[in-house]
Amino acid sequence: MLSTKKKPRRTHAAPLRPTQGSGVVPDHPPNAVELRNVSVTYGTTTALAGLDLVVACGETVALLGPSGSGKSTALKAIAGFEQPSGGRILLDGEDVTGTSPAQRGIGVVVQSYALFPHMRIDANVAYGLKARKLPKAQIAARVKLMLEMVGMEDHAHKLPRQLSGGQQQRVAIARALAIKPRVLLLDEPLSALDASLRAEMLIELQALRVELPEIAMVYVTHDQSEALTLADRIAVMRNARLEEIGTAAQLYDRPASAFTAKFLGGASLLPAVSTTVVSGAGTLASVMVGAHRMRAVAPFALFPGDRAKVAVRPHAWQVLPGSPEISASTVNSLPGRVESVQWRGAGHRLQVDLIGIAERVTVDVPALSPVPTPGDLVVLSADPAHVVLVPAGDTP
Amino acid sequence: MLLHAKSTRLTVWGFLAVALLLLVGAPLLVTFMAAFAGSWNGVLPSNPTLGHLGGALAADNLSALIVSLQTALFASLLAVFLGTWAALCAASAPASSTVSKVSDAVFHLPAAVPSVVVGLGLLTAFSKPPLLLNGTVSIVILAQTLLVLAFSYSTVSAAARGADPLIPLAAASLGASRLRVLLTIRLPLLLPAIVAATGLALALCMGELGATVMVYPASWRTLPVTIFTLTDRGALFDASANTLVLIAVTVAVLAVIAKVKGRTTLR
Repeated sequence: MLSTKKKPRRTHAAPLRPTQGSGVVPDHPPNAVELRNVSVTYGTTTALAGLDLVVACGETVALLGPSGSGKSTALKAIAGFEQPSGGRILLDGEDVTGTSPAQRGIGVVVQSYALFPHMRIDANVAYGLKARKLPKAQIAARVKLMLEMVGMEDHAHKLPRQLSGGQQQRVAIARALAIKPRVLLLDEPLSALDASLRAEMLIELQALRVELPEIAMVYVTHDQSEALTLADRIAVMRNARLEEIGTAAQLYDRPASAFTAKFLGGASLLPAVSTTVVSGAGTLASVMVGAHRMRAVAPFALFPGDRAKVAVRPHAWQVLPGSPEISASTVNSLPGRVESVQWRGAGHRLQVDLIGIAERVTVDVPALSPVPTPGDLVVLSADPAHVVLVPAGDTP
Repeated sequence: MLLHAKSTRLTVWGFLAVALLLLVGAPLLVTFMAAFAGSWNGVLPSNPTLGHLGGALAADNLSALIVSLQTALFASLLAVFLGTWAALCAASAPASSTVSKVSDAVFHLPAAVPSVVVGLGLLTAFSKPPLLLNGTVSIVILAQTLLVLAFSYSTVSAAARGADPLIPLAAASLGASRLRVLLTIRLPLLLPAIVAATGLALALCMGELGATVMVYPASWRTLPVTIFTLTDRGALFDASANTLVLIAVTVAVLAVIAKVKGRTTLR
C-alpha cells in the first residue's frame, strides 16, 4: 500500500544532478515540462501533430483520448523513447530535444510494468541508482525507503513474475521514483489491472500525489475517471492533436468542442439552430432543436440562424411519464420513446429515441427513481444550467 | 488430433513408432552392433570385440576427436557471437523494415546453399593471396561458422523480436548508458536463446562433413572426415566405432549445454 501516513518529503523532487546553475534562484520556477509544437511521424503517418503543452512543477496533467489519439506518442517524446520530427522539448527550461532517455532523468511507468524479469525486486529498484554509481550503502537505504513507500518491503527478494499485477506496478513506481525524478510519466498504469484493483490503485496514486508535491506528473489514460481523479488539468487528445486543455471542471462543465463533451462525460449531442443574439461568456441562449425550443448555456457568441450543438450529460436529464401530445412550446422538454434499459447497479441507463428528431440520447436514471420499460413514451427535460452549447463544426 | 477412439490412437502411435524405428533406430542399432563386431557374415555379427573401439580411442583417432571438438567450439562461438550481434541490430529495426528483411535474407542464405557449395566457394575465394586461407585451420572453422550462422541468427533474433521493447527503454530512462543496457538487460534476457543457439551450433558442427571435406588440411582432420575415409576404405567396423564415439561426445556436450540452459531460464 502506498502509505498516506508519512509526511511529504521535500527531497523527492530535488534532482540528483541540479540542472540550474549553482546558487541561481530564478524568479519563476521554470516549467517542469514544455512541449513546443512537437510533431512525431512514422513514415507517412503522423502520430503527433504540433503539440504545445506546459506542465508546471508539482502539477498533474492527464493526456486523455481514445487509442490512436497521440497521447502515448506525446509521452514517449517527453521520455526520449521517440525523437520528434519537429518542435522542441524542454525540461526545467532546458532544451532536451535529441538527447537520450538516460540524459533526461525522468521517471517512466508503463502499462506492461517493464520490470526487469531476471532481477529481484530490490535489484529492479536499485537499477537506476547503480547506473548513477552511488555508494552501496546509499543505494540500499534508498531502495528500502522506496519499497516501504509502496508497501513492498516484504517482497524485496522475489522475482517480478512471483508478484501480482498490482504489486508489479507498485514496484515499477518505486523504481521510477528511486532516481528522484523531476517528472514522472505514467502511461496507462492501471489499464492492465482488473476493475477492483484499479480502483484501489487509483486511491493509492492519489495518496502518492499528496506525498510528492514537487514532482510534475504526466498521466496518459483513456479512462476519464482516472483523469478526473488525478489530474489538475486534462488535455483531451484526438487524431494526433490536442483538442482542448483545461481543468477538469472547465472541460466537464463548459466543453469547448463536441468531441470533449462526448468523450468526457458521454454527453448526447443534438443539432440546434440559434434564435437569439447572445454575446457568449456563459449567458443563456434560446435555440431550436427540431421543433422544440431549448435554453442552453452559450460559452460563445451566437446570432439568429447560427448552427450549434446542444450537449446534455446523461445524468442531467429528468425522465417524466410522457404523452404523445406534448406542446412544442414547453422549454427544454423533448418527447421520446425508451429504446433500451440497462441496469448498472447504482442506477439505470436508458437509450431514448427522440420523437421528431432523428437522434438517440443516453439518460441516467438515479437509483430509487421509477424506471420506464422499453417502448414507454417519456418526456425528457433538463435544467438550462446543465445544457451547454458546443460548436457544430466537427461531429465526433 | 481429433482421434478419440483408443484403438485409432494406438494405431496412429504404432505407425509412428515403426517409422521412427526404421529411420532412426535401425541405423543406430546396426552401427552399435558393427562397432563391437569382429566379423559379420550372417544375420547377426559374430566374434564380439572391443578392438575397434579401442582403435577409435587410440592416440591417432583421439586427435581427430579433439580437432572436431576444437573446431566445433570455435566455429559455434564465432557463429553465435555474429548471429547475436546481427539479431540485436535487426531487432532494433521494425520487423517490416528493409534492414531486417535484408539481414534475414543474408543470414539465412548459407542454410539454403548446399554445404559442398559453401566449401567450394570458400576454397575458390581464399586460395590466392592476399587472403590465402587454403590449407589452414581457419578455413575449416570459417566453413563451419558460415554453415551454422543461419541457425544461431534465427534462434537469437526470434527471441530478440519477441522481447518487450519497453524493458530496455525503461532501463535507459533510469539513466543507464547504451552499453550498460546491453550488458545488464538485453543480453541477459537473450541468454537462454544464446545458450540454445550454442548447443544447436555445436551439434551441427560436430557432425559437419560436406564443407569440411572440401577444405580440410591434412593436419586438421575432424572425426566425421575420419569416419568418411574409413568407410570409403571399407573399414566399416572401425567407422562404426568412431561413429559411436562421435555420438557419445556430442550427446555429452549437449547435456552440458542443456544443464547450463536450465540454469539461465530459471533466473
